[in-house]
Amino acid sequence: MSMRWDVLIVGAGPAGMAAAVAASRGRLRVAVLDDNAAAGGQIWRRGLGETAEPAKQKMLHAFKECGAVLLAGRRVVQAPEPGVLEAWCDETNVLERYHYDRLILATGARERFLPFPGWTLPGVMGAGGLQALVRGGYDVRGKRVVVAGTGPLLMAVAAHLKHDGAKVVAICEQASMARMLPFAAQLAKKPSKILQAVALGANLRGVSYKTGCWPVAAIGNGRLQHVELTDGRRRWTEQCDLLACGFHLVPNLELPLLFGCRVENDAVAVNAMQQTSVAGVYCAGEPTGIAGVDAALLQGEIAGLAAAGNTGGAEKLVARSKAERAFGEAMTSAFRLRDEVLRLCDANTIVCRCEDVSYGSLKALADEKNNWTDAKLLTRCGMGPCQGRVCGPAVEALFGWKNASVRPPVFPVPIAAFITEPQSEFDNQQALQEMQ
Amino acid sequence: MPESRLITVQVNGKAVSVPAGSMVSAAMLKAGDLCRVSVTGEPRSALCGMGICFECRAVINGVAHSRSCQVACREGMTVETQR
Repeated sequence: MSMRWDVLIVGAGPAGMAAAVAASRGRLRVAVLDDNAAAGGQIWRRGLGETAEPAKQKMLHAFKECGAVLLAGRRVVQAPEPGVLEAWCDETNVLERYHYDRLILATGARERFLPFPGWTLPGVMGAGGLQALVRGGYDVRGKRVVVAGTGPLLMAVAAHLKHDGAKVVAICEQASMARMLPFAAQLAKKPSKILQAVALGANLRGVSYKTGCWPVAAIGNGRLQHVELTDGRRRWTEQCDLLACGFHLVPNLELPLLFGCRVENDAVAVNAMQQTSVAGVYCAGEPTGIAGVDAALLQGEIAGLAAAGNTGGAEKLVARSKAERAFGEAMTSAFRLRDEVLRLCDANTIVCRCEDVSYGSLKALADEKNNWTDAKLLTRCGMGPCQGRVCGPAVEALFGWKNASVRPPVFPVPIAAFITEPQSEFDNQQALQEMQ
Repeated sequence: MPESRLITVQVNGKAVSVPAGSMVSAAMLKAGDLCRVSVTGEPRSALCGMGICFECRAVINGVAHSRSCQVACREGMTVETQR
């Protein structure tokens, strides 16, 4: 009766799916939890009527065939004891309990948002955010869009938006061309990535891609109407309906921290087998350092093989994985934030969108050498429903404040979650039968 | 975007039709309505599109603080700005 998963994976993006496929080769009981409705993660989020790219199709097919059980629509909220985690299922309104031998955390990344005057106006969205909304059915045909911020995501998003019928006014990349050149040299070593870049370039013919350029203000009456941009020398205004703005990615570290995994240099510390500092807990993909989809697939496969006891198989992939890691480091360096984008706020600019905490009130605390815990207690910054997922990376960039702790529940859940006993083995069995 | 079956939801009392499979956030954006009003009264709409920022919270079928970017539209659903 009692159900224990040999390998439990959190996250059904590229890393989690690769881990599931690899672990399932060992005839183990493997399950994958994900908070989204379908597998694919953010980068492979499915769009309405969209044909999946070949790499995604191949992995989705392998994942479906591998025998691992996908438990979608589940948010992991706490880990009451080693070998046990609890997840909230929105559809059934039930807190579910899962037992596991080995755990693989493949929690992915999110966009980094930086505050600037007007960034809370409706019409200002994340770059990946707007892409996700379009994939969720938002019709952008005929909309004028400025894509701004930093990172390779900007070009990919702009190409998708253009394909979906939006008028992309400009892509503004804050990094200078000089900073990006070493990254371009890394790209040149990888034929598959060159092909991706060329394809992107072709889709973006006619769209202006400005480097060393960033937004200084979003302007509008109740909703976005203009964005003010600068290249550091002059300022100009573009009329637009939407501003898609993100500043590269930050790893989702909440769950690794909850499980007690050691974090170094803003990433989960792992060995060559993707093993974290906690016995039996592995981590793969962006949480170990932002390096993109190819790194995530390799790390996921390594983690899956290692968790299934096939270290020999995993070792064969380590050299390629290290090369992808170097690619990630070059990318991080290329898109490092310039100081100017950390000085965009005025005193009234909202930093914490959940609690409407202004830059001025936080700056005053930072000047008095307070840390983020002090700021939370004094201003409620980071205490709203997003639990600092948006303002946390922002205040780290602005004031150097690091999130020191993660406490359960790591995601807001209804109080009902804690009134009744979590459901466990029986329901897992039922889920398994439903899948078969 | 290829043609697909449309479904109709009520956004603040207005009928809005979106392709089947669309998220509630898509219907709210199409309607041009706010998702929510912030604690100091600012207008807000979707930001992250992936369920982590909570800016797209709305009242969906009477359930307050539902993340509209994570809930698929169903025929006849009622959606209201979260105030």
